[in-house]
Amino acid sequence: MEAKELYEKTARRFPGKVSEFNGDVLEPYFYVDPSTVVEVCTYLRDAPEHRFEVLSDLTALDLPKQNWIQLVYHLYSYTHRHQAVLKVNLHRENPRVSTVENVWKAANWFEREVFDLFGVIFDGHSDLRRILLPEDWVGYPLRKDYVEQEEYDGISTERAPLVDKLLR
Amino acid sequence: MSEIVSTAEPAFHTEDMTISMGPQHPSTHGVLRFVVKTDGEVMSEAIPDVGYLHRSIEKIGEKVTWHGYVPYTDRADYLAAMFTNQAFCMAAEKLASIEVARRGEFCRVIACELNRIASHLISVGTFGQDIGAITPFLHALRERETINDLMEEICGARLTYNYIRIGGVGYDITEETCRRISEFLDHFEPIVDEYNRLLSYNKIFIERLANVAPITLEDAFQYNIVGPNLRACGLKWDIRREIPYSIYPELEFDIPVGTGEKGTLGDCYDRYWVRIREMQESCKQLRQCLKMLPRGPAIAKVPRRFKPPAGEVYIRIESARGDMGFYVVSDGSEYPYRVRIRTGSFTAMSLIEKISRGLMVADLIALIASLDVDAPEIDR
Repeated sequence: MEAKELYEKTARRFPGKVSEFNGDVLEPYFYVDPSTVVEVCTYLRDAPEHRFEVLSDLTALDLPKQNWIQLVYHLYSYTHRHQAVLKVNLHRENPRVSTVENVWKAANWFEREVFDLFGVIFDGHSDLRRILLPEDWVGYPLRKDYVEQEEYDGISTERAPLVDKLLR
Repeated sequence: MSEIVSTAEPAFHTEDMTISMGPQHPSTHGVLRFVVKTDGEVMSEAIPDVGYLHRSIEKIGEKVTWHGYVPYTDRADYLAAMFTNQAFCMAAEKLASIEVARRGEFCRVIACELNRIASHLISVGTFGQDIGAITPFLHALRERETINDLMEEICGARLTYNYIRIGGVGYDITEETCRRISEFLDHFEPIVDEYNRLLSYNKIFIERLANVAPITLEDAFQYNIVGPNLRACGLKWDIRREIPYSIYPELEFDIPVGTGEKGTLGDCYDRYWVRIREMQESCKQLRQCLKMLPRGPAIAKVPRRFKPPAGEVYIRIESARGDMGFYVVSDGSEYPYRVRIRTGSFTAMSLIEKISRGLMVADLIALIASLDVDAPEIDR
């Protein structure tokens, strides 16, 4: 299905909740209101003309200029061989959204990773812990304004520049 | 009557034991840890704990130039580094609308398919080793060694290649190398049969793997299982065929799928057997590529200060571990705005918690080996 048709169908089903279709880019996408993410995803998974069985990818972008954390969902359908890209804008200070774990199980780990690296809270997630970094790590590294902590567990995270060492 | 009831109670008290398996358990293929709750040999759950190999490759992507990031992608999956190279370069090319040199495309496919054989050899070799067959591992590694030599001839490196560049490949493949590749294929194709006699048709091996930890297609969709693991569940789905890229539409090859011939559909044996047959398909593709290799430049002209226009792209390629996704965002500057690497191992790993319930501890090892998870690719 064409991305535009997909958007129009979704927009008709959820009036006012999906918006700003952008079809002039390499991967057409549209925005979904944070309050209806789960409903839109369930609809896209179950509707026979969409059948997005798979959540290919869930990740985020940090956009400090707009003061947004933007979640990006890539869906794929093996039945119809089409792709959909959904975007959800969250406020940077308090990024919260419902989990889609109950729609696709793969979201469990993807969301943990986004929580770990961007600090997005997924309401209703069964096991929201850091996944790649240690539990007691401070900060969210993939945010643009992230400053690395100076030491971790008494170990310095700084490393002497190799070249200076060699010159001495 | 009351006497019978009393004897039905257990004679001794048992309780679940929580064991930490890893992070450096020899069968975990890298640094992985499982928190295993067991009652004797039977597990009630195995919770994967990942992150030991996290090197923040995605963050590094925001700090280095487009050309400079290619060597870092090698490290995302060092058993199949060609594919990460290719995926990132394809993303950059698509953003900047660069046409890849045609000879370069062939060189890419040759290098990638060699790499796929090498990666699958490691996978099936360690599979045998993990469940107690040491000898086949040595046979597999012997062949992989030859591929490493070929890779050294192609690009100068044996593991982290940095061969595929934006616009084509770093070095052209010489005629001498082509000759040696086809020599290797002549040698390798019969070896697969030898390997089958040694391991694949071995009764003990089959009994050990058939019906162990089958994955249903429904679970595969829910957990986004990709690549050989998905095909083992019976779905004929290969990105090279379904969402074609590079020169794959011009090549003839079959897509092996699991049939459950020794047990249940999607069990450990199916996953193993799909990989063996994929190696044979890769040989076919290599032979065609060597025959069709056109003349011309191996790399297109790409500016040194590479600045693709603002935009974003999601690339899917069929890596040795399945559908590998690169989501790359450009803001028009010399540095990528965001590089996201989605890998097959990451999602395969998340499935283990579900599948492992009720399995034996020894079968967990077989399950990990059959999914071919690769720690650097999970943690990135």
